[in-house]
Amino acid sequence: MLETALKGSRTYWIWILFLLTIIGIGLIFYIKQFIVGLGITGMSRDVSWGFYISQFTFLVGIAASGVMVVLPYYLHNYKAFGRITILGEFLAIAAVLMCMLFIFVDLGQPLRVLNVILHPTPNSVMFYDMIVLSGYLFLNALVGWTALSSERKGVPPPKWLKIFVIISIVWAPSIHTVTAFLYQGLPGKHFWMTAIMAARFLASAFSSGPALLIILALIIRKFTKFDPGKEAIQALGKIVTYFMITNVFFLGLEFFTAFYSAIPAHTHPFVYLYAGLEGYNKLVPLMWLSNILAIISLVLLVIPQLRRNEMLLAIASVCVFFSLWIDKGFGLIVGGFVPNSFEKITEYWPTIPEVLIALGVWSIGFLVLTILYKIAVSVREEVGSIDIHH
Amino acid sequence: MYDGGKIIIGLIIFIGISIFPFILTMGKAVAKPEPKLDTPEIQKMVEKKCVESKMYMKTEHMVMLNDWRDAVVRDGLRLYKATDGKLYDMSLQNTCMKCHSSKKNFCDQCHNYVAVKPYCWDCHIAPQEGT
Amino acid sequence: MSIRRRDFLKIAGVSAIAGIGGVSALSLLKIKGSEASSYIEDPKTLKGKRWAIAIDIQKFQTPEDYARVINACHSIHNVPDIGNPKEEIKWIWTESYEHSFPSQDYGNPYIQDHLKKKPFLVLCNHCDNPPCVRVCPTKATFKRKSDGIVMMDMHRCIGCRFCMAGCPYGARSFNWRDPRPYIKKINPEFPARMKGVVEKCTFCYQRIAVGLQPACVEASKGAMIFGDLADPNSEIRRVLSSRYTIRRKPELGTNPSIFYIIGG
Repeated sequence: MLETALKGSRTYWIWILFLLTIIGIGLIFYIKQFIVGLGITGMSRDVSWGFYISQFTFLVGIAASGVMVVLPYYLHNYKAFGRITILGEFLAIAAVLMCMLFIFVDLGQPLRVLNVILHPTPNSVMFYDMIVLSGYLFLNALVGWTALSSERKGVPPPKWLKIFVIISIVWAPSIHTVTAFLYQGLPGKHFWMTAIMAARFLASAFSSGPALLIILALIIRKFTKFDPGKEAIQALGKIVTYFMITNVFFLGLEFFTAFYSAIPAHTHPFVYLYAGLEGYNKLVPLMWLSNILAIISLVLLVIPQLRRNEMLLAIASVCVFFSLWIDKGFGLIVGGFVPNSFEKITEYWPTIPEVLIALGVWSIGFLVLTILYKIAVSVREEVGSIDIHH
Repeated sequence: MYDGGKIIIGLIIFIGISIFPFILTMGKAVAKPEPKLDTPEIQKMVEKKCVESKMYMKTEHMVMLNDWRDAVVRDGLRLYKATDGKLYDMSLQNTCMKCHSSKKNFCDQCHNYVAVKPYCWDCHIAPQEGT
Repeated sequence: MSIRRRDFLKIAGVSAIAGIGGVSALSLLKIKGSEASSYIEDPKTLKGKRWAIAIDIQKFQTPEDYARVINACHSIHNVPDIGNPKEEIKWIWTESYEHSFPSQDYGNPYIQDHLKKKPFLVLCNHCDNPPCVRVCPTKATFKRKSDGIVMMDMHRCIGCRFCMAGCPYGARSFNWRDPRPYIKKINPEFPARMKGVVEKCTFCYQRIAVGLQPACVEASKGAMIFGDLADPNSEIRRVLSSRYTIRRKPELGTNPSIFYIIGG
């Protein structure tokens, strides 16, 4: 099926070239980082994880959210998702690849990465993260590819596939739970030490992921002959709505616990992020932008008449995506390190090389996504617009 | 065979790339490595012998250093009881390099010849050259 | 005989995997080291089950008292002086009372002046229950079973910095770039570090192994007491049972091994 990715329109090739250029730029800066060290980033002794790890965290969520289309389709036989399950699975593949790359570019000694396998350490959450991420990559590649191959041949997917589908459904929440455990079990990191961290992660994942899927589905409809279907997009809209509400509710719970208890160590990171602490306030505008986007998205999503308008749903999805990207793909990690273990403040802001490397990784993800989606769409165009029977 | 022409061109390019290092160095003699053992410390020795036999050191020193490092750093065992019963402090900087006091004339000789770059010296400090 | 491309690729793939696997299996069989040789512990090694230090803060009076201790450590361990607080590397340094013990007495403006103004020496606490060891994915940082020292194996560290996030004491430093140019005077008897690894105080394991006390303790001229917590007759146990001491963030359950003698 790969060959279908080699035939495309002018727009397709311009987009591929554009991504390759960004990847090239990212690679150049990564080589610089490889030679000089992580000193070219904005990270410091006090804020020792930054943009890379926060992108990783956010993207694990995007990967996990694939389950939001797989589950209704395979377990509840929700036909409308038949056309987009493959989009969810392929998005998961691209997202997991980006996760792995973000971990890799964050390592101080990347050539020793295999030490994690050579010296397996089951008391480290990182050990489980490696297992669940690679397992999830395998499951989605297997399920997505097999299902699509069968579809192309016009036969139902093999029976054994169902077992892997069910495993992947259970597996999806596990990847994000384990990622939350990286943070929520660390003594002395008050901002992260919250039992609802994993739950909050899942809520934000299941809203930001489907939001991205809505945007992608609309793009596909605009540029190809394949229509993911109005009903599927509306159903995704509902999923985004409920999980966005849950996510904002969870954030509210965090605020209540911190400020009603008024324990200084618990309130400080929140004060730093949303109001600034002792004159340090680099992240305040971003965090408020996240809040405003969240409010706009909720207004558009909660009112059914607005949500049913696809244009407004698209705007709401963009708002959800960026609101949560700021919240989780930036603030959440930095907030854990400010103030530091000495209750002192060192601020963090990514440097230009750091952002370019991150953009390079995102572009690799989008390149993989583009190729996979191109294949999926070509197969759909090939077999025509007949309904798909799995 | 589909696309026979393309495959053959591809094969030729592949073969070209794989043999180009050989073509590049054909006919050129590369200086034989000569690790020098004439350091002042070795001159002073009555019996000029490393911790183990010369043959063993030649083939196994990298494995030995690896094991030494684990023994010292991870198990807290610092002394090496050699095959002949002698005791040595397992330390690259304080034992090995005390005798082999020129990295340039000893380690680098073979390492450069076979183009290996052990990362020992990224952290460990080599003795000052020229003594 | 004709062979389909698909089958050819399958056979090629399987044989490649078998080849790689076979080679690595063979390398495992290779004999390690020489049979008659062995590794033994230096008989001079100080014997203890759980090393600890008690810092008598009243014996630190002048800035010189602190500098002497810090320099003793940093000079023998080739700790670089990077000059940029964001990339700083430090094994032992000073912090104020409220920053060293933020949970002890948060925002109490009425504490004794001598505490409020006093710098406190801080270093790795060599916890009995170290979070850094718990989170490390490669066992590059580990607790020695023999004497409880929380060690760093810089050869193995992949630089993921999970330990830095895990340590509640800010005791760990990362090499954001090659530290070598920033080492003022190199001690040829101890290694330096490379970029991309985490480092910290190792309780002078290399000195304990030859019967010496940690460098900071030696330089403190009696202001720091080093000893074995497991030995009821040790000097440190005598001091701990007779004078009032505190530890940093004891509520986290890490059980630190650095004690600060506050009262008489």
